Amino acid sequence: MTDLASKSGRKTRPRKGGFFGTLCKQWQLAAMSVPMLLYVLLFNYAPMWGWINAFKDYGNRKLVAKGITPFIGLGNFKWLFSRPDFFITVRNTLAMSVINLVFGTVSAILLAILLNEVRNRGFKRTVQTVTYLPHFLSMVIVVAMSQNIFATNGPVNALLTSTGIIKSPVFWLGEGKYFWWLVGVINVWKEVGWGTIIYISAMTSIDPSLYEAAAIDGAGRFHRILHVTLPGIRSTFIILLIMNIGHLMEAGFEIQYLLGNGLVANYSRTIDIFVLEYGTQQMDIGVATAAGMFKSVVAIILLVSANFIAKRLGEDTLV
Amino acid sequence: MTNAIQYGKKSHRHNDVVFPVVNTVFLVLLMFVTLYPVINTVAYSFNDGTDALKGGIGMWPRVWSLKSYQSILQDPAVYQAAWISASKTIIITLLNLFWTGMLAYALARREYVLRKFITMVMILTMYVNAGLIPNYLLISKTLRLSKSYWVYIIPTMFSCFNMIVLRTYIAGLPEALVESARIDGAGDIRVYWQIIFPLCMPVLATVALFVAVGSWNSWFDTHLYCAGKSYLHSLQYLLKMKLATTQQSANAAKASVDALTNSSSAKTTPVTIRCAITVISTVPILVVYPFLQKYFVTGMALGSVKG
Repeated sequence: MTDLASKSGRKTRPRKGGFFGTLCKQWQLAAMSVPMLLYVLLFNYAPMWGWINAFKDYGNRKLVAKGITPFIGLGNFKWLFSRPDFFITVRNTLAMSVINLVFGTVSAILLAILLNEVRNRGFKRTVQTVTYLPHFLSMVIVVAMSQNIFATNGPVNALLTSTGIIKSPVFWLGEGKYFWWLVGVINVWKEVGWGTIIYISAMTSIDPSLYEAAAIDGAGRFHRILHVTLPGIRSTFIILLIMNIGHLMEAGFEIQYLLGNGLVANYSRTIDIFVLEYGTQQMDIGVATAAGMFKSVVAIILLVSANFIAKRLGEDTLV
Repeated sequence: MTNAIQYGKKSHRHNDVVFPVVNTVFLVLLMFVTLYPVINTVAYSFNDGTDALKGGIGMWPRVWSLKSYQSILQDPAVYQAAWISASKTIIITLLNLFWTGMLAYALARREYVLRKFITMVMILTMYVNAGLIPNYLLISKTLRLSKSYWVYIIPTMFSCFNMIVLRTYIAGLPEALVESARIDGAGDIRVYWQIIFPLCMPVLATVALFVAVGSWNSWFDTHLYCAGKSYLHSLQYLLKMKLATTQQSANAAKASVDALTNSSSAKTTPVTIRCAITVISTVPILVVYPFLQKYFVTGMALGSVKG
């Protein structure tokens, strides 16, 4: 219908009229989509105007109370980069997201391969149902459980002391050097099953004749995994990797905020927590916005470069 | 799938006996590790409060007690929080389905002139966001939504990921369905609600699950906007507050455990109460999600086709 309309439109009217003419004819589609477009513009794009605060001075309380917030150029950014505690939050964010990315990806691919080798469908489904479960638990619940599991008198310490791996119970939640790895372990526990879904669906689309051919050529199970399964999930892996690199500045906020405490603050504070504290407790909106903006800008640069590198290497890309 | 293959080579034969056994044992262990913290929490929630402070409870309560549940179920704040959590979850889920479905249909129609522009605007939101503070200023200062129930509803009416899941599914439906309805004179709104919407049930179930779980599990919105209004606290926020108090008193509790064991009045402690609230707020999800498993697995696969 619209094809006809646009063809006749090309003959009789200039192109611009064609666009609006078609849009008028498609008013029902517009009615279904434009409200959400406006919604997204308001809730996702309009706040970007708030980035202007990153260039304003909110440091002087008396002036702020009077509503005077002078422009100070890059002053907030300069102040931020001169603060060692901001660098600690950047370090923590990157460390935890790299740990999450590596642990998360490797564990999900391993589990997906193991599940793919299970013949008994009932057993496979049971394992999937159980391992998807933690994904649906809120971080509050997960942290509540972690506080029990990693308590000084909790099961982890009991297991490790009884097997002789450690001599005396360890205060897991109270020592900074464990915090990143604890977050990594908890995240794997929560997301490993969920992470397999995409890889398993990629594996089911591998042509079974490839496995047959490999078996005829004498490839054992290990070689079939190495030369058929892994290449089959390669493009999925690359796409997910690019997306995750784009999210490298998001180490997660909830787990660090809820699990962290005064004893481990040097290792648990992420950029998001820094932003929250400066924005809502110290009420220095300028500094908080600058820190958030720094995060977004780095995220975009990371995403674009990862995409570019993937394109250069001849891999599938996001855009 | 690989059942039909004959594993003829001698050298690999032992591999095909050993591997499945090792694999099965490993996966059983993995299930145990996954479920253990959940079972442990349930065990704690049914344990006597004072006794629980000693720790060391595994998969079964050591000293049975329903005190924690009794004290929770006598607390009006818990009922209010449950009501807030449940009502906002239902409203947000319905609103999301309503708007996301229609948008997904419009963006799946190839002839729609605004398709590319709107799709780009939507997908960009998955990678770029203004950040916490600008969003906070918009919602609390500009729109004045803080300290009101609406702050739970209005800012969370749409998610781009869910829209992509739905759009991919709709784009995969036969074109003839829409064409024939059009020839009969139906407009797009009617085509969507009468023909496409009923066909999308499996994927709508997925989206409903994602939205509902997200809403049920959220606590940060309460923390940021409604912390001062106790009647607007959600169940998760209630639990979050218990989390903070137990953490602060964790060291104190360890020191005073002996003192507590002697006083018989303190039969419930934050640890068991915390576990009981955890159980109560997890049960709805545990009940719903296994039934939707086959749907959300397809949904996730659809969303990943083109992110």
